Amino acid sequence: MFTPIFALEVGLMAMLVVVAIAVVRMRSLFAIVMLQGVYSLLSAIWFVVLDAVDVAFTEAAVGAGVSTVFMLGAMLLTDRDSKPISTQQKIVPLLIVVLAGAAMFYAIGYMPAFGDATAIVNSSVGAAYVEATKREMFLPNVVTAVLASYRGFDTFGETTVVFMAGLGILLLLGLNGHAGQWRAKPNGHNIGNTAPNAKRDDTQENSEGGSA
Amino acid sequence: MNPHLILRVVAKFLIPFIALFAFYVQFHGDFGPGGGFQAGVIFAAAIILYALIFGIDAAKRVIPPSWVRIGMTLGVLLYGGTGVATWFLGGEFLNYTMFAPESHHAAGQHWGIFTVELGVLCTVASAMLAIFYAFASRLPDLSDEDW
Repeated sequence: MFTPIFALEVGLMAMLVVVAIAVVRMRSLFAIVMLQGVYSLLSAIWFVVLDAVDVAFTEAAVGAGVSTVFMLGAMLLTDRDSKPISTQQKIVPLLIVVLAGAAMFYAIGYMPAFGDATAIVNSSVGAAYVEATKREMFLPNVVTAVLASYRGFDTFGETTVVFMAGLGILLLLGLNGHAGQWRAKPNGHNIGNTAPNAKRDDTQENSEGGSA
Repeated sequence: MNPHLILRVVAKFLIPFIALFAFYVQFHGDFGPGGGFQAGVIFAAAIILYALIFGIDAAKRVIPPSWVRIGMTLGVLLYGGTGVATWFLGGEFLNYTMFAPESHHAAGQHWGIFTVELGVLCTVASAMLAIFYAFASRLPDLSDEDW
């Protein structure tokens, strides 16, 4: 029971809990964004321990890498600290979290053990894909075969979702950040683009609107 | 004297390797972990790192915003176009076997996966850069004390 891997798993889980609590307790948004990156990195390590290398790879690249930068970019347009929340406002969210957590603990008993060969996912569909990939695809990586070929429609949908996410941001902010008129006061500095003849040409190199 | 001299030197050294690693992840995805999504994000991260160290305007000279807009669309079109191509070859939508129906080692599947992963790379890298450009262009120039 007590193997080094088991100790590693428990240690990683404990660190995840500690980081999550730290994120909830902190007020400094910069520290929170950084800790979210730490949380993603720890999750990535944990996925490696569970032999889900592709998922770990994605988590490290997207969760710890790019989304940290996006959150930093968003944070720099707001204040550096979050406003304190009164105890009254915390009661309902706490209740929801406790209920959801209790429901998950209740469901744990019905889950198959990790790596259980007789579990539905491992015995029927999963085993069929692993076997068919060798015979039909001649590819060593089953994940790629399933993602790009067997489930090609899903991946097409996912690609479109990423495209639409980018498109939505461009429609809201503009490719150079000066769509529409806007102003913000992060950290006591007034920034914005409220001039009537604001530059709206997307090919414009310098896009720092009136940073008065 | 630039206060970020070490950062700049190290970043300049690392960025080519990050971009190269993105392409390794992309084209080795059939054999090891990885694929278009991860490669796209890693490539975007290389450009974003460049923008963080050398400024957003320098990054926009490397990858102009208009390329980003085109790349986002091109990726989805490449993926969808692969499906349309298999239609014209007489198969179902995204039935890659039609690219090489006689092959005994699934060459059609390999070509199909290669093309759609390329489309995914294009869209993901461009979309990530588009989001970064949109946010970063709104930021005022920060002095070191503002952090």
